[in-house]
Amino acid sequence: MDTLILGLPVAYYIAMVAKVLVAFVFVLLTVAYATYAERKIIGHMQVRLGPMRTGWHGLLQPIADGVKLFFKEEIIPSQASKFAFLIAPLVALIPAFISFAVIPFGDSVTIGGYTVPLQIAAYYDQAGKQVFDVNVGVLYILAMASLGVYGIVLAGWASNSKYSLLGGLRSAAQMISYELAAGLAIISVFMLSESLSLHKIVADQAGGAWYAFKQPLAFVIFFICSLAEINRTPFDLPEAETELVSGFCTEYSSMKYAMFFMAEYANMITVCAVTTTLFLGGWHGPAFLPGWFWFIAKVYFLIFLCMWIRATYPRYRYDQLMRLGWKVFLPLTLVNVVATGLWVMFISK
Amino acid sequence: MESIFFLVVAAVAVISSILVVTCKNPINSALSLVMTFFCLATFYVMLDAPFMAATQVIVYAGAIMVLIIFVIMLLNVRVETVKRGTHAVIAGSAIGLFILFQTVWFLMKGSMTGKVGDMTKEQIVSVGHVELIGKALFTDFLLPFEVTSVLLLAAIVGAVILAKKKI
Repeated sequence: MDTLILGLPVAYYIAMVAKVLVAFVFVLLTVAYATYAERKIIGHMQVRLGPMRTGWHGLLQPIADGVKLFFKEEIIPSQASKFAFLIAPLVALIPAFISFAVIPFGDSVTIGGYTVPLQIAAYYDQAGKQVFDVNVGVLYILAMASLGVYGIVLAGWASNSKYSLLGGLRSAAQMISYELAAGLAIISVFMLSESLSLHKIVADQAGGAWYAFKQPLAFVIFFICSLAEINRTPFDLPEAETELVSGFCTEYSSMKYAMFFMAEYANMITVCAVTTTLFLGGWHGPAFLPGWFWFIAKVYFLIFLCMWIRATYPRYRYDQLMRLGWKVFLPLTLVNVVATGLWVMFISK
Repeated sequence: MESIFFLVVAAVAVISSILVVTCKNPINSALSLVMTFFCLATFYVMLDAPFMAATQVIVYAGAIMVLIIFVIMLLNVRVETVKRGTHAVIAGSAIGLFILFQTVWFLMKGSMTGKVGDMTKEQIVSVGHVELIGKALFTDFLLPFEVTSVLLLAAIVGAVILAKKKI
């Protein structure tokens, strides 16, 4: 274990690869079973059963869906812009997954005398007994979220179809508007934590001092804006089956359609994980269970909340959506930032 | 290791920036420009400036390029018929060569003084990159910062007045 490769011990590389694999498999499995859970939960909320036929209570449904989509015929519209049409699903999918690089899944664990932080882009200084992670972790997540819009816009434009273009335009306008309010909402968290590193933000929330209690307004606004940014109901205007025939993915089929679907669910998991990290204390919880358990439990609860919201609320109208973003959330977050600033300046010091 | 990584990213940066001007489809050009911005962000990370990298991606790739693509989509510019303006090519190459010559000339003429500025690598690591930028922005450069924000506000108000007929 003492051999060095490029100045780092072998254990470092093993831990890194293991962390990436585990996180990736976790997100992929959650994506697969989130589709199942969504159908099941909404089914029961609407007094239906949901999928029942494939496996026990339909447990094999995601696999059946995946196989079906994989073997479907691949259709590229003849008037489509080929290059953009082909890369759009990838551009949608990749930012959704790589945001997980900076999210702390749990506290550091020691395996065979080597301490590993449960966060992909982090390492533990064995001599200094300290965790170093990306010191602009939150900005990294915001940057990746802002790239997600490309996938949808490109898909909408490249398909060369009216419905797709309208869906793409709507989503671009919606994502840009809500990104702003979401970004401003989390500024008040930075003001309290005095750091952009996600590890430090989680460490600050030890002992139940969650930022959701200190910043309830920021918490609620961030969660709603995130729902709008990832195009979930009640803000799923880019898709809007009833008026736009699925919007930006009208012309997509087979695996490319599946990729948009996976991107949507992966984005939902990312948003829930970020909300957990920033506002719900990350992996902190009663000590009788390990930290990663509490993290996953909180993330799954938020995912359930997303599905609950979908089963409950009808879709917003476009002008209502824009008014809510620019005239309600943006001023509220600005007031919140100023109030937090005054509080930090005069009361807490 | 780091130099190999640098060379790979630099090659991608050069190729994608060549593609920006050679692509016939405006959307593909715009996408290549996004790729170039990405490579620049990678360079910032390698220069111990993660904050710059994040803002590079958020502002340029995430906001400005989305607006440009938005405009291209709305104008529905398809494959542009490129006229082969030979005069323009000659003039462009001449200016390019001149700038290259100028850069190399001044690089060769100057000599390294070995003087180190206030912001050393040790200081950036100990105090923190974001903290240093914040402190500089709100103390030493407060006036330019405020002037810029007023300028941006004026631009926003101007855009609203130009776009809206009835206020």
